[in-house]
Amino acid sequence: MSPLHLCLLFSSALFCIGLVGALARSNTILVLLGVELMLNAANLNFIAFWRYGPTPSPATGVMFVIFSIAVAAAEAAVGLALIIAVYRHQKSIRLQEANRLKG
Amino acid sequence: MSLSAQYLWLIPALPLLAATIAALAPRSARSLAAGAAILALATSFFISCAALSTALANPATHLTHNFVWFELGNDTVPLGWLLDPLTAFMCTMVTFVGTLIFIFSLGYMHEDANFKQFFCFLSLFAAAMLGLLVANSLLLLFICWELVGLASYLLIGFWFHKPSAAAAAKKAFITTRIGDLGFLLGLLWLYDSAGSLLLYDNGHGVLEATALGALGSAATLCGLTVASAIGLLLFCGAVGKSGQFPLHVWLPDAMEGPTPVSALIHAATMVAAGVFLMARVYPLLTPDALRVIAFIGAITALLGAVIAVAQYDLKRILAFSTVSQLGYMMLAIGVGAPNAAIFHLLTHAFFKALLFLGAGSVIHAAHHEQDIRQLGGLSAKMKLTFATFAIGTMALVGVPLFFSGFWSKEAILHAAHTTTGSHLPFYAALIGVVLTAFYNTRLIAETFFGHGRSHAAEHAHENSAVMTTPLVILAFFAIALGFLGTPAYPWLQARLSGETAVHGHSLLDGVGLMVLSIVLVAVGIGAGFALYGRKLRAKATSPDPLATAAPGLHAFLGARLKFDELYAATFGVLNSFTATAADWFDRYVWGGIVHFLALLGEFSGTVNREADEQGLNGGFDATSEKIRGTGQAYSRVQTGDAHGYLRWIAVSFVVLALVAIFGGVV
Amino acid sequence: MIAALALIAVITLATAAVAMSLRNLIHSALLLIASWFGIAAFYLWAGAQFVAFAQVLVYVGAVSMVVLFAVLLTRRSRADHVIAPDSLARAVSAVFAGAAVFGVLALAILKTRLAPSTAAAPTATVRDIGTQLMGTHAAALIIMGILLTVALLGAVVIASHDGPESRKDVS
Repeated sequence: MSPLHLCLLFSSALFCIGLVGALARSNTILVLLGVELMLNAANLNFIAFWRYGPTPSPATGVMFVIFSIAVAAAEAAVGLALIIAVYRHQKSIRLQEANRLKG
Repeated sequence: MSLSAQYLWLIPALPLLAATIAALAPRSARSLAAGAAILALATSFFISCAALSTALANPATHLTHNFVWFELGNDTVPLGWLLDPLTAFMCTMVTFVGTLIFIFSLGYMHEDANFKQFFCFLSLFAAAMLGLLVANSLLLLFICWELVGLASYLLIGFWFHKPSAAAAAKKAFITTRIGDLGFLLGLLWLYDSAGSLLLYDNGHGVLEATALGALGSAATLCGLTVASAIGLLLFCGAVGKSGQFPLHVWLPDAMEGPTPVSALIHAATMVAAGVFLMARVYPLLTPDALRVIAFIGAITALLGAVIAVAQYDLKRILAFSTVSQLGYMMLAIGVGAPNAAIFHLLTHAFFKALLFLGAGSVIHAAHHEQDIRQLGGLSAKMKLTFATFAIGTMALVGVPLFFSGFWSKEAILHAAHTTTGSHLPFYAALIGVVLTAFYNTRLIAETFFGHGRSHAAEHAHENSAVMTTPLVILAFFAIALGFLGTPAYPWLQARLSGETAVHGHSLLDGVGLMVLSIVLVAVGIGAGFALYGRKLRAKATSPDPLATAAPGLHAFLGARLKFDELYAATFGVLNSFTATAADWFDRYVWGGIVHFLALLGEFSGTVNREADEQGLNGGFDATSEKIRGTGQAYSRVQTGDAHGYLRWIAVSFVVLALVAIFGGVV
Repeated sequence: MIAALALIAVITLATAAVAMSLRNLIHSALLLIASWFGIAAFYLWAGAQFVAFAQVLVYVGAVSMVVLFAVLLTRRSRADHVIAPDSLARAVSAVFAGAAVFGVLALAILKTRLAPSTAAAPTATVRDIGTQLMGTHAAALIIMGILLTVALLGAVVIASHDGPESRKDVS
């Protein structure tokens, strides 16, 4: 069990916690937070491999994570704006109620 | 003057032109129509005289002018004109008598509204009759034969608003048509056998030696030769047209037409066309055919005379006398004396036309009263009519020496007596002589003697000159014409045969026969006078002496031997049965088939529609439904539930990963 | 080393798990902030200092603020950030799904022979990062800038008032 394994297990666990949270909660904001957790877990993965990966290249992992954080932030902002817009329409933030696209 | 055969067509063409003018003229152009008709026919008369002189100058030759009418592929249809003594005598007679009758009609039809049409139809008739006479082709003769029938129909039914007249016209047309069927069959057979319908054609004609030889030798069914069969078929046409037994039923009914029509068509000319036809095709007639003709003629002669005894209508008595005299003419042809037949035809034309015009004069004066029981006493009031009528009657009866009918009937009796065949026609003719004398005396007595038995008869007066002058002229000829064919000098018969020399025999030859006929005439007149002349009829309603003597027989004769009823019961019933059967057949069999086909069509249409709707549409609809259902089923995946999607993603990831790990892909 | 990792992991996981299961939204957000701190600690442990700072700056500093604002903007009453419990079935199925995913991932991780790295730990100085950003990844940087701009504008547009009719429903 190398440290890498441990790091990976850690990130997988975090990912799954985020997944469970996104799946289980009906509050849209919480779903978004779950998604953020999943993204963070992915970032963890990148850093783990950057640190313990077989071919350590100078800063690729770090770069990637920086970009990933930026994107995640942007996505959180837009998502929350969407939540506000949807709230204005349906007066609640339960995700089940936003099912207009149902076939 | 002479007339080339080439110009013979002018004789019928002029009346045809007059008919066209009268047809196109407006109703008010009465004088134009009448004038054109009379002028045309008179001119035709003069041309006929020229033709007669040419024919007499060329004895024993048949002057022809043949031309091609039209061509059908390699065959041609030729027509032609024929100028021989028979044609010339007939044309002259028809045009002369016709002109006189036309003039008479000026007075008779003066009050009629359809005056112009009358002259149009009369001219049409004259044209057709003359065309029939000059024809060298049996085809042209048949065409004119039918046209004459048409003109007769138009003229009999001239007062068409009278149902009896319309029915009579129809009856005449249909009855003659039955005869014409035989005529047509004979024509077709002749064309098939001889290859031509021209009568004289430089040796190739039907009446010339080559064709006659071929026809006479070829045998057909019942042991008859082809010539006999064709001759009998052609005779059928004559039976219809000349009112022979059994197709005589139309002639009495044809008296529904105006009296000039009766005079011209049904006494003098049209009915004589049958006799003329037989005389024309005489070379074709074999002894077998002639025997049949003689018997039919004899039966008709007797039949007409017997029925006339019990008739009360003036014109019907004359009609039956016409039937009887036509029988005499056919009898003459049958016993081998066509020239005697033509002689009688010519004399008959004059005295019968005279009698009819006289009857017309009486009817006109008595305001269309035709029943002889209602007439009487006209001898004093209508002297000229009475005188001419008497002359006509004496000619018809055969009062000796001065009257034409005597000489012509004598010729017939002589021929019947000297024939090699059966003498039965001769005995029939003798009986006919007695009866003719009897009923004619009755007619004169009831119409002219005594005193007027009705208002009309009492107030009758003589007609104008336009009506009486033709009577006088005809009376003259009723006397004079007889001298053309006396046994001592049979000029007419000789000329008809084409001989230049006239071989008469002295009056003492055959004097026995002459005496016999005179005695018979005297017997007839005597009996008639005894019954009707001495004890004149008191009232219109008094019974006829014969009716009291033999009421059943008299009634039977009065009902014209019930021929009409017989025909209605047999042919009429058969015809209506056939018509009903045909209608049933058409309605239910053909109609049934058509209905069945329609039903079949409907059925196939329904099947198609059902197949289309249930099958195709259903199939398509079901498929579409299935697709839609599938789509709908699939669309249920779109729950709109974001959590669900995510859950599915997670699960799918798990599954895929497992499959990849353990499936050996990764 | 491993102990530190274990500690960081436990803290992060625990706070994250609790954050996901609380009913109070504000509490959830706060605990998530703690979780993010934990992740930043991990970055530090792994030697990516810049990333740790970026993590704290961005997530703890900005995203959490946005989240809190969103929570505040989307409640009707003061007590509305306590939300009704969700259905048990959903929770159970979610746990199952998560467990399944974790199981597969764990399986994959444990089954893989990852060669332990004997090389020295890489370092990423700020200078390096800067050089990389402006050099190799310059295009990505610019694109990221554009992305952020667009996201900002988009968020503003989406969340802004739509016009007169929307004023009616915001009671």
